Amino acid sequence: MGIVASVLKKFHGGVHPTGHKELSEHCAIEPMPMPKRLVIPLHQHLGAPSEPVVAAGDKVFKGDLLGKAVGFVSAAVHASTSGTVVSVEEHAVGHPSGLTMLCVVLEPDGEDKWNPQIKGVADPLSLDPATIRDQIKAAGIVGLGGATFPSFIKLTPPRDKVIDLLLINAVECEPYLTCDARLMEERSQQVVEGVRIMLHALQTRECIIGIEANKPKAIAAMEKAVAGEASMRVISLPVMYPQGSEKQLIEVVTGRQVPSKGLPVDVGVIVHNVATAAAVRDAIQSGHPLVARIVTVTGRGINRPANLEVLLGTLVDDCVSHCGGLKTGTCKVVMGGPMMGLALHRTDVPVVKGTSGILALTQDESSGKQEHPCIRCGQCVQSCPMQLVPCTMAWFAKTDQIDQLSSVDLFDCVECGSCAYVCPSNIPLVHYFRYGKLSVQARERENKKMELTRQRSQVREERLAREKEEKERKKEEMKAKMAAKKASGSGSPGAKTDPVAKEAG
Amino acid sequence: MIEAVLSMGGLALAAGLGLGFAAKKFHIEGDPKVDGLAALLPATNCGNCGFPGCRPYAEAMAKGETTNIGLCSPGGVETMEKIAAMLGIEPVEMEADTGPKVAFVREEECIGCTACIKACPVDAIIGANKQSHTVIADMCTACKACIKPCPVDCIEMVAVPVTVYSWMWSKPENSASLH
Repeated sequence: MGIVASVLKKFHGGVHPTGHKELSEHCAIEPMPMPKRLVIPLHQHLGAPSEPVVAAGDKVFKGDLLGKAVGFVSAAVHASTSGTVVSVEEHAVGHPSGLTMLCVVLEPDGEDKWNPQIKGVADPLSLDPATIRDQIKAAGIVGLGGATFPSFIKLTPPRDKVIDLLLINAVECEPYLTCDARLMEERSQQVVEGVRIMLHALQTRECIIGIEANKPKAIAAMEKAVAGEASMRVISLPVMYPQGSEKQLIEVVTGRQVPSKGLPVDVGVIVHNVATAAAVRDAIQSGHPLVARIVTVTGRGINRPANLEVLLGTLVDDCVSHCGGLKTGTCKVVMGGPMMGLALHRTDVPVVKGTSGILALTQDESSGKQEHPCIRCGQCVQSCPMQLVPCTMAWFAKTDQIDQLSSVDLFDCVECGSCAYVCPSNIPLVHYFRYGKLSVQARERENKKMELTRQRSQVREERLAREKEEKERKKEEMKAKMAAKKASGSGSPGAKTDPVAKEAG
Repeated sequence: MIEAVLSMGGLALAAGLGLGFAAKKFHIEGDPKVDGLAALLPATNCGNCGFPGCRPYAEAMAKGETTNIGLCSPGGVETMEKIAAMLGIEPVEMEADTGPKVAFVREEECIGCTACIKACPVDAIIGANKQSHTVIADMCTACKACIKPCPVDCIEMVAVPVTVYSWMWSKPENSASLH
């Protein structure tokens, strides 16, 4: 076990938010009843949106392709159940803007029937790693921890890099969320089978499953499941937010630090979420594409907290009403965890591949206090796991100093929210960073467009000059011809009368 | 004492000579202010500012022939602010910025006269004689040069709709002074 540090390291900063996991950690995974209608967005992943391949009126089986991946970083989208496509239309989605996105609206026929052509592979380890990757790609599997990066890419390490370790991220450091913990308690075998396939795809021999110590039942279940596996080991990690961020997890387990702007593969590690491993198992052994996920519905504003297995495209509203509805006094509904999740503008938006939780928060549980001036206490600097200087970055963003923003490693920020959590002045630091990141990107786009405009205008001017020159040249030629004609015409009058004679003839 | 004076004096002399040499060696002809201003402008020579092109406008601003630095509509407020910073003067009020716009040809009304195609400084309009024309929205700089030449007034400026892909986070609203 060379790569794994014998003593766990510690990453810089971090915070200890209250867990609130007791609300739902005892709730067994239950299937969410079939909703009346599914709204399946065609862009549930990082990368290019998928392109619709169905139209209104089409009948589809569960697992049929709805949207095909476009380009390398993209993912396919499948029908979550059998039924009829009602429309392919713009529909509200869980996005901070509250704007709409192209979605396939599906009316279930109630039979929930998989496409009969779908077949699994009984012995996945007999498959070629490339075949496994292709199937994972075709199944539309993305990182289920929330980042939704297409998984097949992370199972295709570059040729010049050696992968020493597959690290399974089962940290679940976000407060409230318990979906991964329940998955490990109830379906540990499925996870282990998925990990085995991943190891085979990567051709790697060692796997560590990292779980925080506040989930003793999950640790016990996983330890039992990996008992006979020589290549897998479960490590119990001290509780610290944001340990589930992959760069921090790598540092804790291996002591290696991913370089700025670098990837985990640069230090010989690949990180996958534990739920992704389970999805990989389903995709290869059962042939099932990613059409459902486990979602924790919790918070003090919900009547009956639960861990639901939800078909992708089920509306948040349906999940909430299945869990007994909202209590009075609920002030916001958040998609994802409380630290990095997104407060919803409206609740008729669908559950997507990256939705790990639906939180109904009461006033006591949510922030939203008045922002006060920065008192330069430096707590944000101490808490930042990426060793950045949040207060300075926020100041640059607030005052639109875009040049400065590009120089302070803003893009290393993982938006974990630790700084905003500890800030005694309630400064919404992450909000400033998101604004700052988009401003920098917008300016880059603008500059690129300006450069293109400049080129187009230059090419046009050159073309106009060329055309003018051509015209002049033709004029000159014409003049020369006329002059020649005139000269020869005055020499022999017969030549001039010739055409006239012809015409007359 | 004398050593210090001598060594510092020697250093000063060497630096002075170096600077003098560099000033001669790297001497630049022309007005760097005009070059700087011209680099800020879009270089499309659309003429929207009332000058014959981007460089003439830059020259006019550099010489102080015009004090209005907010004439470049394709550049927008951002360009104006950069010019203000370069010239060290106060930014001016510009026409209210209602978000990005592009030219749009109502194709059913277009008679295919190619007048707009000839007017477009960035070749962003396509079409042929007696064929309907259209604007390549991604290339349009919103300079409005195509609007006047159109004999049937079928070109208008339309707002570019905001989608989840072009949407921007706004700054936090209830922000008191941060520092």
